[in-house]
Amino acid sequence: MATLLLPPRHYLNDGYGIKSWLLTRDHKRIGLLYLAAITLFFFVGGAMAVLIRLELATPVGDLVSDETYNKLFTMHGVMMVFFFLIPSIPATLGNFLIPIMIGAKDLAFPKLNLASWYIYICGGLFTLYALVAGGVDTGWTFYTPFSTVSSTTNVIPTALGIFVTGFSSILTGFNFIVTIHRMRAPGLTWFRMPLFLWSMYATSLIMVLGTPVLAVTILLVALERLFHFGFFDPAVGGDPVLFQHLFWFYSHPAVYIMILPSMGVVSELVAAFCRKQIFGYSFVAFASVGIAVLGFLVWGHHMFVAGESVFASMIFSALSFLVAIPSAVKVFNWTATMYKGSISWQTPMLYAVGFIGLFTIGGLTGLFLASVGLDIHVTDTYFIIAHFHYIMVGGALMGYLGGLHYWWPKISGRMYPEFLAKLSAGIIFLGFNLTFFPQFILGYLGMPRRYHAYPPEFQVLNVLSSAGASILGVGYLIPMLYLMWSLRYGKIAGSNPWGAVGLEWTTTSPPPTENFAVTPIVTWDAYEYGTRVKDHVA
Amino acid sequence: MLPEATHDQHHPALAHQFDSLAAQSEATTLGMWVFLATEVLFFGGLFACYAVYRAWYPEAFAAASRSIDITLGATNTVVLITSSLTMALAVHAAQTGKRKVLMTFLVITMVLGVVFLGIKSVEYYQKFTEHHIPGPNFSFEDGKFNRHAQLFFSLYFAMTGLHAVHMIIGLGIMLTMLWWSWRGIITPEYYSPIEISGLYWHFVDIVWIFLFPLLYLIGRHAH
Amino acid sequence: MWSGTPLFPEQASTMASRVDALYFFLLAISVFFSLLIAGLIVFYAIRYHRKHEDSVGENFHGGMALEITWTVIPFLITIVIFVWGASVFFAMSRPPDETLNIYVVGKQWMWKFQHLDGQREINELHVPLGRPVKLIMTSEDVIHDVFVPAFRVKADVLPGRYTTIWFEPTKPGRYHLFCAEYCGTRHSGMTGEVIVMEPSEFQTWLSGGAQQGSLASAGGKLFNDLACNTCHRPDAQGRGPVLEGLFGKTVTLQNGETMTVDEAYVRESILQPAAKITAGFQPIMPTFQGLVTEEQLLELIEYVKSLRALPQVQTP
Repeated sequence: MATLLLPPRHYLNDGYGIKSWLLTRDHKRIGLLYLAAITLFFFVGGAMAVLIRLELATPVGDLVSDETYNKLFTMHGVMMVFFFLIPSIPATLGNFLIPIMIGAKDLAFPKLNLASWYIYICGGLFTLYALVAGGVDTGWTFYTPFSTVSSTTNVIPTALGIFVTGFSSILTGFNFIVTIHRMRAPGLTWFRMPLFLWSMYATSLIMVLGTPVLAVTILLVALERLFHFGFFDPAVGGDPVLFQHLFWFYSHPAVYIMILPSMGVVSELVAAFCRKQIFGYSFVAFASVGIAVLGFLVWGHHMFVAGESVFASMIFSALSFLVAIPSAVKVFNWTATMYKGSISWQTPMLYAVGFIGLFTIGGLTGLFLASVGLDIHVTDTYFIIAHFHYIMVGGALMGYLGGLHYWWPKISGRMYPEFLAKLSAGIIFLGFNLTFFPQFILGYLGMPRRYHAYPPEFQVLNVLSSAGASILGVGYLIPMLYLMWSLRYGKIAGSNPWGAVGLEWTTTSPPPTENFAVTPIVTWDAYEYGTRVKDHVA
Repeated sequence: MLPEATHDQHHPALAHQFDSLAAQSEATTLGMWVFLATEVLFFGGLFACYAVYRAWYPEAFAAASRSIDITLGATNTVVLITSSLTMALAVHAAQTGKRKVLMTFLVITMVLGVVFLGIKSVEYYQKFTEHHIPGPNFSFEDGKFNRHAQLFFSLYFAMTGLHAVHMIIGLGIMLTMLWWSWRGIITPEYYSPIEISGLYWHFVDIVWIFLFPLLYLIGRHAH
Repeated sequence: MWSGTPLFPEQASTMASRVDALYFFLLAISVFFSLLIAGLIVFYAIRYHRKHEDSVGENFHGGMALEITWTVIPFLITIVIFVWGASVFFAMSRPPDETLNIYVVGKQWMWKFQHLDGQREINELHVPLGRPVKLIMTSEDVIHDVFVPAFRVKADVLPGRYTTIWFEPTKPGRYHLFCAEYCGTRHSGMTGEVIVMEPSEFQTWLSGGAQQGSLASAGGKLFNDLACNTCHRPDAQGRGPVLEGLFGKTVTLQNGETMTVDEAYVRESILQPAAKITAGFQPIMPTFQGLVTEEQLLELIEYVKSLRALPQVQTP
């Protein structure tokens, strides 16, 4: 094989210097701006998680004060949810890949795309200000009346940060919807689109329709806190539980903002590393849209113990079970895709398989919570913590890392070191399970969440969890280091290192600023390997 | 090298990522509709709160509603509907390339918008003098509704306030459109900015059409 | 180190075994599907490992029969879980007719319990074995949540309204009581113990110590101190409704609606008397907002409950 070279002209050498980045309208560069910003928030939020786990290694609460502990878990939640998980795949991989995957030169609104990054940064600065100014202790859920009358910490700057960042999320979703509708290359019909695009489309719907409700809810909390307006205040006949309804109307679908993109990535990875079409393509595609739609109807399952009526609880419980069906359909289809595949076990595939396994556990434990009679016992305990970390960290984050490795050669033009990558994928998988599996047991035993100190009989399981967290922390540091290293020293990748199909692998790595020299015309289905792979292998 | 450079429909307003102005204006129009869907949900949160509390406290809401000045509210409704008409006429003028007419209607629309905000501030001032601003100094004439009327006025100020913010943003957009019309950027080939600004303006009007009966009229039926 | 580490919570109420049965059913389903998926992945990983650099997977499209199978089977399973979970929940939300009622007030950061006989305790709750207990709960400030893992019960405690849970202890002992809804700085310190005693011991405990009389009698004293009795008289001559025998009855309001007199209604009538006026009366009662504490409210409610209908008085 001839020595591969980087293409002479690509988006990374099309202008140097700080201005060429900060004023860029290239969706690929904006994707990288997001990558840098969310990585920062990921490690700040991760550092807090480490402190939380260190604190919980002993039952008495001796490392930090209760006040500090409460601020730690609040900031951990705020940063991980609003500043890492929600933008993670959409704003980085989605930004980078959507135009390329549909054969377009850019997103529909490049200036708005850049604006949404600045809005994100602006919201991030408010939140970092809140952190530096002494933190906030309401929990990321901002339940009233604690957040409106009781807490004495920096609720307003944090709320402002989330409010502002919400608009970045809305603009991103808005841009993606218009782009996918209007800018597909000739011949690229909806049912020829890669499943990643379907999942990004479903995600964007949630971003556009859910986020404004969160924004207005935060606004009401701010009005109530600052000017003593009454919206949720029992003193004027308001209902604090109404806040929870509005909050979860967004924040439950927000979980699908986090997991749907990962599902899309996993579909790409499984197809590419089995070199065959996804089993039941249209079922997987519709499952994404189904999850997005059903996701809007289940928020009430967060309030089974909050004085909701028995009837409402029943309805929300039944609807919650319905969401499980499309999720199960996806898992079965991915597994079936592997049947008679040509499976290669490179790092992205390890992450994909890790995702399927951990998401399965996360999803199945979701059934425990949808079932009202059982939810009463486990809600607000570590069972919940374990469940949603299996979805968000085991699921969303695994998908993100898998996607980052898979498309890294496309983004940077260079390969990451395979051995180190496999090693760290293994470390992350082990560390993750050691951290969060004991928490299921702790939760069923009854250890409540957000506890700074706990009864001594829970210590052994907590120590196991804390040990897992330290392994997990190391696991996350390694990829960050070798990915940065590979930017300069990695092997040149070539335009299609995996022998995958998909428009993004037909252009150079890194792609030129306009993505394609000539607008492609699509005449094949997604993942059509049978006859085409030879043309595509570099 | 760049394909659109050779495109026969090349136009200074054509962005590089689109093949034609038609594709571009389709995309921006779809974009505005998606944005309006966001807006519907944004106001939707407030309407949900309103629905819950009005169902719980219908009498307090009716009593509080009666204390708002219906003349000012009705005047404002007329003002806004008229501004929607002038906005629609502005879009038509843009389509047919009548620049002077377009600019005239944009100015009238803006004047009506300012009149609306002026009347709104008179109303706010009245509420202030009547101690109807929620908070520690709130008091309501009919003592038995003192608490629940506060909920009504919290919603009143949040909803009309948010609406007013949208009006102010709308005025900013209109100012930009006026500037673009004056500069000759708006032509019969490229008038989609006027069209989508119009969509936004109509949306803000429609929100008011819902706010007016819900806030001003609920206590007015015969007793 | 492991010896003192429980892996499963104690079962100390009638509800515990029902919840656990559902838990084990779900656990079995979860283990089955997790192993199925993991097993298939591992098997395929070995069986279909890529042999040649440029080989591709066998091309076939999905099968409708399979898709329907793995849509319908999970759907049926979830229906079973839903019905089972719902039936457990119904049992939880419907207390038996005869319960031992105990009032609970949560505040940052302690639990206060009031027994009907007048015993008050903080962060400790004594209950008798084998008798259904109902907690009627409210909060003085933010949202709290009563959680007793050994009983598998939990419910939020909200300011401005009453929520209830019930349980029937089946095993004497001391059990954790947690606040399960984050409530501020010392949230993790808002814990206590539920002490389940043999009924006889419980009676001894209840009557032990210096008592200030039953909750209802404390409420009666307050009723007189606040001069409620000048208007609410038992002889239908007062300016306010007769309270004797009123609790649990249905009353007609001025606007024609009907209303069952429960804890929430009595509470509202004390704090916002004008909100729901009984038909035939004037809205002349002053508000007692800020004059009575949550605990005093509970005493007054218990007093109203204790007022039996007098034979000669016909309640409308």
